[in-house]
Amino acid sequence: MAVVVTRNLTKVFKEGELGAVNNVNLETREGEFLVFLGPSGSGKTTLLRMIAGLETPTSGEILIGGRVVNDLSPRERRIAMVFQSYALYPHLSVYKNIAFPLKAQNVKKELHKAKVEWASSLLGIGALLDRKPRELSGGERQRVALARAIVREPAVFLLDEPLSNLDAKLRASAREELERFHRRVGTTTIYVTHDQVEAMAMGDRVMVLNKGVVRQLGTPTEVYDNPADTFVATFLGSPPMNLAELGDVIVGFRPEHFRPASAAAGDVVPFRLRVENIEYLGSEWIVSGTLAGGKLDAKKVFSRLSSAQNLSLGGAYDFAVPQRELKFFDRATEKRVESKAVSWQ
Amino acid sequence: MAIARRKIKSFGAAQSPLLGAAMFSPAVLYILLLVAGPFFLAIFYAFSDARIGNTELHYVGLENFRSILQSPSFRVAIRNSLIFTICSQIVVIVGANILAIALEQPFRGRGFIRFLILLPWVAPIALGAIGWKWILDSIYSVISWVLVALHFYKPFNAPMWLGEPHLAIASVLLVHSWRLMPFSTVILLAGRTAIPKDIPEAAAVDGAGFWRTQLQIVIPMMRPILSVAVLFGLIFTFTDMTVVYILTAGGPFDSTQTLPSLAFALGIQGSDLAAGAAISLFLVPLLVIIAYFMLRVAHRAEVT
Ligand SMILES: Nc1ncnc2c1ncn2[C@@H]1O[C@H](COP(=O)(O)OP(=O)(O)OP(=O)(O)O)[C@@H](O)[C@H]1O
Ligand SMILES: [Mg+2]
Repeated sequence: MAVVVTRNLTKVFKEGELGAVNNVNLETREGEFLVFLGPSGSGKTTLLRMIAGLETPTSGEILIGGRVVNDLSPRERRIAMVFQSYALYPHLSVYKNIAFPLKAQNVKKELHKAKVEWASSLLGIGALLDRKPRELSGGERQRVALARAIVREPAVFLLDEPLSNLDAKLRASAREELERFHRRVGTTTIYVTHDQVEAMAMGDRVMVLNKGVVRQLGTPTEVYDNPADTFVATFLGSPPMNLAELGDVIVGFRPEHFRPASAAAGDVVPFRLRVENIEYLGSEWIVSGTLAGGKLDAKKVFSRLSSAQNLSLGGAYDFAVPQRELKFFDRATEKRVESKAVSWQ
Repeated sequence: MAIARRKIKSFGAAQSPLLGAAMFSPAVLYILLLVAGPFFLAIFYAFSDARIGNTELHYVGLENFRSILQSPSFRVAIRNSLIFTICSQIVVIVGANILAIALEQPFRGRGFIRFLILLPWVAPIALGAIGWKWILDSIYSVISWVLVALHFYKPFNAPMWLGEPHLAIASVLLVHSWRLMPFSTVILLAGRTAIPKDIPEAAAVDGAGFWRTQLQIVIPMMRPILSVAVLFGLIFTFTDMTVVYILTAGGPFDSTQTLPSLAFALGIQGSDLAAGAAISLFLVPLLVIIAYFMLRVAHRAEVT
């Protein structure tokens, strides 16, 4: 097992253009499940590929287990990677797919069978060893790719959106399986996704990336409850955090904290909401509308409620946000700042 | 939508068996006239004593085959045909793979180099062979000139590339390989581009080096397309007589004769149509085997 560290890691594909990855400094913890989260094109894959040794950094250093690995081939880095497409070898049986890393790393032939059996039983694919990849379902392929990754007992696991090819139901079960699997092998894992639910559910910590820049690195609760800037605040959460400009700050509050005034207690900021749309999502309601009166007149906001039966379209209602749930961001830098008193009227 | 459906329907109504047969007939006619006709004529001649300029024909049974099988030049021709066909395929597959790997990565001038490599394929083989005839000429050979200039040989003492049996065989083999290389290279390049980039990358992460990735992953994945290249090459080389005819005309002393060139030499130039026909029939079994494998490859490509 090992820790992955990057120092000022940068990748510029075309000279003169903005980098795909810019000055990333990151340090995993031993055995941790770290998630790279960001929108499409934010440089997650590029960063992962640099760690794997498939892409040469423009500048900066990568350390695995305390050793600078910039000049080492993927083979020498002792990493395992699961590709988004799984990249199984189509002409080889499942058994040979899983055994390939052993062969490639000159593991003694007598050990292959036991190791393949160990990996395949861990992932519950022991019955599929004679099949070819094209004879497998998406979920089975993913498990074969994982088995191929663990069979050599790597120092670090890299996974690039391994669940994105699965349907919603399978994705949920595969996610759970992956978490259980990680708890069991305890290998440092870096997991790339653009799905915030996946990131929040699986990550010990989440690193939020945008345009190749690290916006925040923290536990799921940290990035959700204490976003470092407005990008993180709006990227996480659905619907996203409500943001409103007030003088030289931006004030934000989560939809679930924006509730009818009758339900709020203590120190609150009152608003009047004109309801324009109500969506029923089964376990919750998403109410959207515009604020009425004050400095934020006509500002569009969302509210997330467990019940909206007493609200009706077009009506105006008293809403409120607890003072302590307000987040403040600098208007120029969009970075988080200390809470301060603002005038709403 | 409705219009389209009606169109399809009216087209379907016109699909009488007669129309189908009429549309199909040019292909059948072509095969009958240009393939089946000559083929059966060859069988017919092979059992006769047909000669050019002789209007009478007699059935002679297996006489032609008996005399051919006893002739030493026929045995040499069979051996040469097999040597040229098999060895040139080996040279071509190895060479084309190297070229395809080299031309896969983008670099400056890659388009131009690809064009140059394709040239031998687009140029008529007769032209190419004449070019090689000069390159390998006993007096004007540029290869000999270079070797002499580098002091490997004394002036006028360089090998006669086309004049000594072993060198002549090697020369013909070289020209055959040179000729097939572009086609195979282009096919293999296409095959390589069709392999998703993350497969060799996965192999690299799994710890495979260059050779293992090529030999155990990339080339096996290209097996269908590789077999197309090989089967085409086999047919091209096995049935070709241009190269031998122009370079050596089968000489020296019939040492580079192949089945097609011997059939031509005996049947057309030597006026012994019956012997030529009998020799060319020896091409058939091998071609049938190749055709069988081609159909299998085509079928498998359809299935997967
Ligand atoms: N080989 C390449 N050549 C040039 N530009 C590239 C290359 N690979 C990636 N990029 C660019 O780098 C940026 C980051 O790409 P990257 O694939 O890392 O994004 P990502 O976060 O993985 O996105 P996604 O969620 O869509 O997979 C993009 O703007 C992309 O266009
Ligand atoms: Mg990506």
